[in-house]
Amino acid sequence: MTHPFTWWDARTAEEAAALLAKKGAMALSGGVDLLGELKEGIRSPDHIVNLRSVPGLDRIERTDRGWRIGATAILADIAAHAELRKALPGLAESADAVATPQIRNQGTLGGNLAQRPRCWYYRSADFECAKKGGKGCPAEEGENRYLAILGGGPCHIVHPSDCAPMLVALGARLFLRGPDGARDLPIADFYELPSKNILCEYTLKPGEFIEAVEVPVALPRSTYVKLREKDSFDFAAAACAVAGKIDGDHFTEVRVVLGGVAPIPWRAGASEANLMKSTLADAIEPASTAAVDGARALSQNEWKIPLAKAAVARALRSFLPR
Amino acid sequence: MGKRTIRVGYAGNYREVEVNTPDAEPAPWDANSKLAVVGKRLPRLEGKDKVTGRAKYTADVKLEGMLIARVLRSPYARATVKSIDLEKARKMPGVKAVIEVDREVRFHGAPVAAVAAETEAQAEDALAAITVEWSVGAHVVDLEEARKPDAPRVQGGKNPNERGNEAQDTATEDACRKALDASHSTIDLTFRTPVVTHSCLESHGSVVRWEADGSLTVWDSTQAVFAVRDGVARAFQLKAEQVRVLKEHMGGGFGSKLGMSQHTVMAAKLAREAKAPVKLLLTRKEEHLAGGNRPSSVQRIRAGADKDGKLTCLWLESHGTGGVAGGAWCAGPLASLYACPTRRIWHADVMTNAGAAAAFRAPGHVQGMFALESAIDELAGKLNLDPIEFRKRNDANTLRHSEYGEGAQIAGWEKRAQLRGSAGPGKARGLGVAASIWGGGGGPGPQVRCVISRDGSVEVQCGTQDLGTGTRTILAQVAAEELGLTVNQVRVKLGDTALPFSTGSGGSMTAPSVTPAVRSAAAAALARVIEAVKGSIPGCEATDFAARGGKLESKTAGVSLGWAEACAKISGANVSEQATRSANYQGFRDGTAGCQFAEVEVDLETGHVQVLRIVAVHDCGLVVNPMLAESQICGGIIQGLSYALLEQRVLDNATGRMMNANLSDYRIAGPKEIPDIRVVLFDVANGRTNTGVMGIGEPSIIPTPGAIANAVSHALGKRVTDLPITPDKVLAALGKK
Repeated sequence: MTHPFTWWDARTAEEAAALLAKKGAMALSGGVDLLGELKEGIRSPDHIVNLRSVPGLDRIERTDRGWRIGATAILADIAAHAELRKALPGLAESADAVATPQIRNQGTLGGNLAQRPRCWYYRSADFECAKKGGKGCPAEEGENRYLAILGGGPCHIVHPSDCAPMLVALGARLFLRGPDGARDLPIADFYELPSKNILCEYTLKPGEFIEAVEVPVALPRSTYVKLREKDSFDFAAAACAVAGKIDGDHFTEVRVVLGGVAPIPWRAGASEANLMKSTLADAIEPASTAAVDGARALSQNEWKIPLAKAAVARALRSFLPR
Repeated sequence: MGKRTIRVGYAGNYREVEVNTPDAEPAPWDANSKLAVVGKRLPRLEGKDKVTGRAKYTADVKLEGMLIARVLRSPYARATVKSIDLEKARKMPGVKAVIEVDREVRFHGAPVAAVAAETEAQAEDALAAITVEWSVGAHVVDLEEARKPDAPRVQGGKNPNERGNEAQDTATEDACRKALDASHSTIDLTFRTPVVTHSCLESHGSVVRWEADGSLTVWDSTQAVFAVRDGVARAFQLKAEQVRVLKEHMGGGFGSKLGMSQHTVMAAKLAREAKAPVKLLLTRKEEHLAGGNRPSSVQRIRAGADKDGKLTCLWLESHGTGGVAGGAWCAGPLASLYACPTRRIWHADVMTNAGAAAAFRAPGHVQGMFALESAIDELAGKLNLDPIEFRKRNDANTLRHSEYGEGAQIAGWEKRAQLRGSAGPGKARGLGVAASIWGGGGGPGPQVRCVISRDGSVEVQCGTQDLGTGTRTILAQVAAEELGLTVNQVRVKLGDTALPFSTGSGGSMTAPSVTPAVRSAAAAALARVIEAVKGSIPGCEATDFAARGGKLESKTAGVSLGWAEACAKISGANVSEQATRSANYQGFRDGTAGCQFAEVEVDLETGHVQVLRIVAVHDCGLVVNPMLAESQICGGIIQGLSYALLEQRVLDNATGRMMNANLSDYRIAGPKEIPDIRVVLFDVANGRTNTGVMGIGEPSIIPTPGAIANAVSHALGKRVTDLPITPDKVLAALGKK
């Protein structure tokens, strides 16, 4: 059960990339998610590379392009950063919505973005499923009340991150580091549907890891609404991240991204189109309905459709003048 | 036996009654008693030890050479072990013992083999090295599937899964139909409740050591040290006195730890093979799978009332599953709470391939009261009667009537109609009520020894258990009261079978069963101190010696001695007196009443239910320590709220496996779910024992789910009949699904 591994404290980003290129190596940041996978026995790395030993990788700083947040920045620090909250309120809200205070004190932004799904069949070593390299999806005929209503198939996980949908809405770029150097890409391009990549929600080349996130400050208005069964500690049953620019009574630029309802942060383009067409007040109803266009329920998760709608409506209403 | 007149009852309803009490017992405390230490708000004595980590739980026990055990459990809901190879595991590093446990498994998580090794990691590795060849059989975990004639037989053979169990002396179906036909208003509703697990923060676990003389010492997380002792003695063909069971502090039991469990036997077998002490603690996953649970229920209630709001018929048909065990009966509240001329109860326990049920805080009553009180509210609605008024018309217990009055005032019941729309757009508030009914009077059996030493130190010894409820503290308070001392002058020893016998801590029995024996023992020991003092005064015949305020005094003898001074007169090292709890007197009344009010806010867009406030009015006889009683009531309310809104064990039908066997996917109420809680302890002089104390552990959880469900129904104008009341069910009730 306890697969032996070697622990490496990386001292620089370059060293981390070199260590991660070893066969069977996995990156560890806060460890919150990885530890659960190790305990359940669904992951058995030979090498664990600690990124938190890399100095400066947890920095939160204002640059000329916006905010740059290091991968090992602690979620609680992101939520508590007054200047960051002022510039990117939705990001602070999303970091604050994660799990519990204890987990936010341990968890990091990079870990939150790269965490694996919570589907019960995926998380149990007793079940074979396509996401773990096996066959089929036992959730289709099984317990699927928390699973995807959008973008699902052949695997129906929902992306569990609170920060990812918000960063997609804010138009953030992800900075990756690998043995062959650094590259960056829009965070929206990082995530992949199971129809494209069933084994993982994103593709990293051997040795690659998330080094930092850069968030532009172009969209001054943002918010994150998370709906869950248990407020004290739960993943989103449905969530909505909105970021935009408002001129008077309407958005001049807006992104609407759903969380907890699709295998990746789900951009609701139809909602955005609605919002660009009319005043915010008039657009709330059609935009929230449009957000779940094409939603398809499994046997137990139909309730998530009105819930997703409610998350969008609630997020949009928060921009109405009080 | 002697006759004594005591004053019993409650405000506005006191009366003198004559009770027969054993001569050796001190005069019962009653409504006239003026008490100094009992009734005081005192923090629990071991509180500091608990918050500083000094308190040792079973998991903290560390013995020289102790091994760690782990258990191999079945990944299948029904299977037979065709062959098992333990040899590779035996040769693994650090492994000192490997045992086979069972070849037939009837639920996911049933134990198959166990190992003991020097470290936990070695034990885990050894488990992985055990190879099993399985023959997987057909299973059934769905309650309704299991009732079908062609369902796989959980117990094998031809035994049907359903065990019908019609209660005696109930009305016939025909009589019920006639009564319903003749009723002014009727309801016919079916309620469902899930299987929930106890989820004690401290999991089940034992540390076992075989002694050189062949006797056995067991540290166990248990609610019943003597039951564990007897069970272990039977399992290993030992005499009871060859087994000593210890349990000092407890991290929760809730009924799941009332007897010897299989893990203790496994640990003892491993320890015998390894010739070393063994610690076996269940993991959280094992705890969910095999640590016990509250059975599910499906309750169809047909009920009727006449135009005056008097019940004409209560007809319950219920079934439920406790997995491979029974115990799903839940008719207690419907059978006992309301007066009704025509009553019928039919119940079936349905076997399924899932972990065995165990007693769980008010077994059956929590499920039953939720359904009954939901049905009563629906019927009140049909009659257009206020829910409290309807209840009072059918409830013969006037004490509960008074409790409704007090609770209604605090909860703002008279403004209930205006409350609904007061929440702002997209939200609705509701206020609901439900009743509690339970025994809680305790019973005979426990023995207590009180030892007073020459230096004035006092020790109360009893093999009872403190489950975290504050037993240790209230026993010290009762002894201190009797001896005129403060709690800090009394030491309490419990949780050890080497101490005088006591019964298991279940059924809200501990405080009412043990405190009277503490009083008797303390009074008897005090009498010996008085004798010693009198003996030191030539010719002293005084009969008015009394212990009060740290002194022993007699006016007639003109004596006033400090406690230590008085105890110095004891000849020999100490005086030691033992007393046995006698049977309950006739007293005031049996059982406890109570009611709870819940105020909720429902988000009509998301289906989310937030409980804003619970007002809990309970009686539990004499309250020894209001702070601890309130704490226990808060615990019951939070557990009841969690049951009403969040908790459910989820099994995968295709494999029979539990899917949410952890504490993140198995949702238990956390800080944000916990409402404002107002506890009112209704003052009742019970007079059924010399302390008049009654239990409150179980009464406090019984009404919570019903009160919340009724509040949700009030807010929505629609009834959610199934627990837990999760957003999907609320949205469905609102037609938004």
